[in-house]
Amino acid sequence: MSILKKIILHTCLIIGVLISIFPFYWLIVMSTNDSSAAYTFPPVWTFGDQFFVNVQKVFAEIPFLQSMFNTLIVSTLSTVLVLFFSSLAGFVFAKFKFPGKNKLFIFTLTTMMIPAQLSLIPMFIMMQEIGWIDSYKALIIPGLVSAFGIFWIKQYAEGAIHDDLLNAARIDGCGIFRMYWNIALPVLKPALAFLAIFNFMAVWNDYLWPLIVLNDPSKYTLMVALANLKGLHATDHAAVMTGTFLGTLPLIALFLIASRQFISDIAAGAVKD
Amino acid sequence: MSTVDVQPKKHKNETWREMKKNKGAYLLISPFFIIFLIFGLFPILFSIYLALSSWDGIGTMEFVGLRNFEFLLTDPLFWKSIANTFIIFIISTIPMIFLALVVAFLLNSSFVKFRGFYKTLYFLPNVTAIVAVAIVFSVIFSPSYGFVNYIITLLGFDAINWHNNAIGVKVAVAAMVIWRWTGYNAIIFLAGLQKIPNSLYEAARIDGASTFQIFTKITIPLLRPVMLFVVITSTIGGMQIFAEPQLLVGNSGGAGGEGLTIVLYLYQQAFVKNLYGYGSAIAIGLFIIIMLFSLFNWKVVQRKK
Repeated sequence: MSILKKIILHTCLIIGVLISIFPFYWLIVMSTNDSSAAYTFPPVWTFGDQFFVNVQKVFAEIPFLQSMFNTLIVSTLSTVLVLFFSSLAGFVFAKFKFPGKNKLFIFTLTTMMIPAQLSLIPMFIMMQEIGWIDSYKALIIPGLVSAFGIFWIKQYAEGAIHDDLLNAARIDGCGIFRMYWNIALPVLKPALAFLAIFNFMAVWNDYLWPLIVLNDPSKYTLMVALANLKGLHATDHAAVMTGTFLGTLPLIALFLIASRQFISDIAAGAVKD
Repeated sequence: MSTVDVQPKKHKNETWREMKKNKGAYLLISPFFIIFLIFGLFPILFSIYLALSSWDGIGTMEFVGLRNFEFLLTDPLFWKSIANTFIIFIISTIPMIFLALVVAFLLNSSFVKFRGFYKTLYFLPNVTAIVAVAIVFSVIFSPSYGFVNYIITLLGFDAINWHNNAIGVKVAVAAMVIWRWTGYNAIIFLAGLQKIPNSLYEAARIDGASTFQIFTKITIPLLRPVMLFVVITSTIGGMQIFAEPQLLVGNSGGAGGEGLTIVLYLYQQAFVKNLYGYGSAIAIGLFIIIMLFSLFNWKVVQRKK
């Protein structure tokens, strides 16, 4: 391939990257400038020195740190529970034979096709009835086990856990839960790591359901709080952008740390035959 | 490591004994089924019942038969929300898949260095929360001072009111979708491309196939399963679009309801106006649309095989 072609190709790739990261750049520019910067034409291109002023405004307008803490608690708890219950079921589906197993597994997969919106209204009514409005139980318990998680772990466990090991454990009198805890869990670590990040991000970024079940601003998750901030401040773009930047930062950091493995796992999951 | 059950059919008693022997296994998989029963199946049945009722959440629930559905079919706003959803879906998905393919092919070139670095940056938009994306894009597409209008006026055109213009709202929402999903799908396509064995290309080249022939006869057919995955996930996601228009133009879908999508309409009817029965009818309508789409996708694949 000629040098010219290589240059064209790399230019295209770099333009794509610039488009990918431009909104982040813009976010930072806006959050470091005075809010009047949003109303100047041509737009302001460079970083300002108003970041901490904007941060103070955000903290004054909404309980930002509280929301961050709420989101952290919900995402962490949900992830721990999803990992536990999904890996337990995935391991059993992968490694044990019992009547009705295939039917139950196919049923599990089928449930993934039901759009969440179908049960949105009844779920809300149920939450009202059992008093879970404004409670994190409403955010955590319905998503306790994920069909995707079960599927993901089962696929991995089938190849990764050796039958000989389980048979030896069985002869030694190991129960099924001991086999899970002592043999399966350590082997499943890479699959669990992916599921953890995947689930953590999904819960952190979830918007529609928390918007419906949380009314009390002190209970808001970050996404609901940010949407609320935008509603409060149709005009103060700088504060809104600063809040958005702060609320996005932790997840971006998590992603950058785990990106390599995370991306290849996503890709592997999608191209599986 | 076969897990397929090949045992012959057993007597009922034996099956029962087998089940009892495996009660530990049933116990460990039971949480999913219990949760599904309570927070999955029951709400769906309840949803159907609600759709046949009239209820504002406070008064008594009144059974009205198919009246909600009759109204749904003649409700211009419902049809508008379907049309909006489809328009947004089409103007976002087609460019997105095209761009994702281009990026995937570029990244797949043998001499590209720092592939991991590129992949990370292209994937970054996808892990960004929709709420954050919508907030940033609503500023970028702001009618009077937005960055996009700045570029447009720089090129000598008139500024567009992105929040009030029938096409403008949809383009702004589609831009968010394209930005967020192109990189993700490019990575998926890239994984598919890298799975195609090099020996196939070499063999074709030895047989004197042109680059175009290699592309249409090897790359495209072998990429089809991945393409199908991308189309199906984009379709399901596209039909459920909510946060982008809600944060851009509000619960009403903006002036004239130009940004009103099906899920936004559902949200508005159920959680702003407290019309739970009608909201449920919309939810069932959405479910039927998604099912029809899945069926259509499935039929297309069947025929191509």
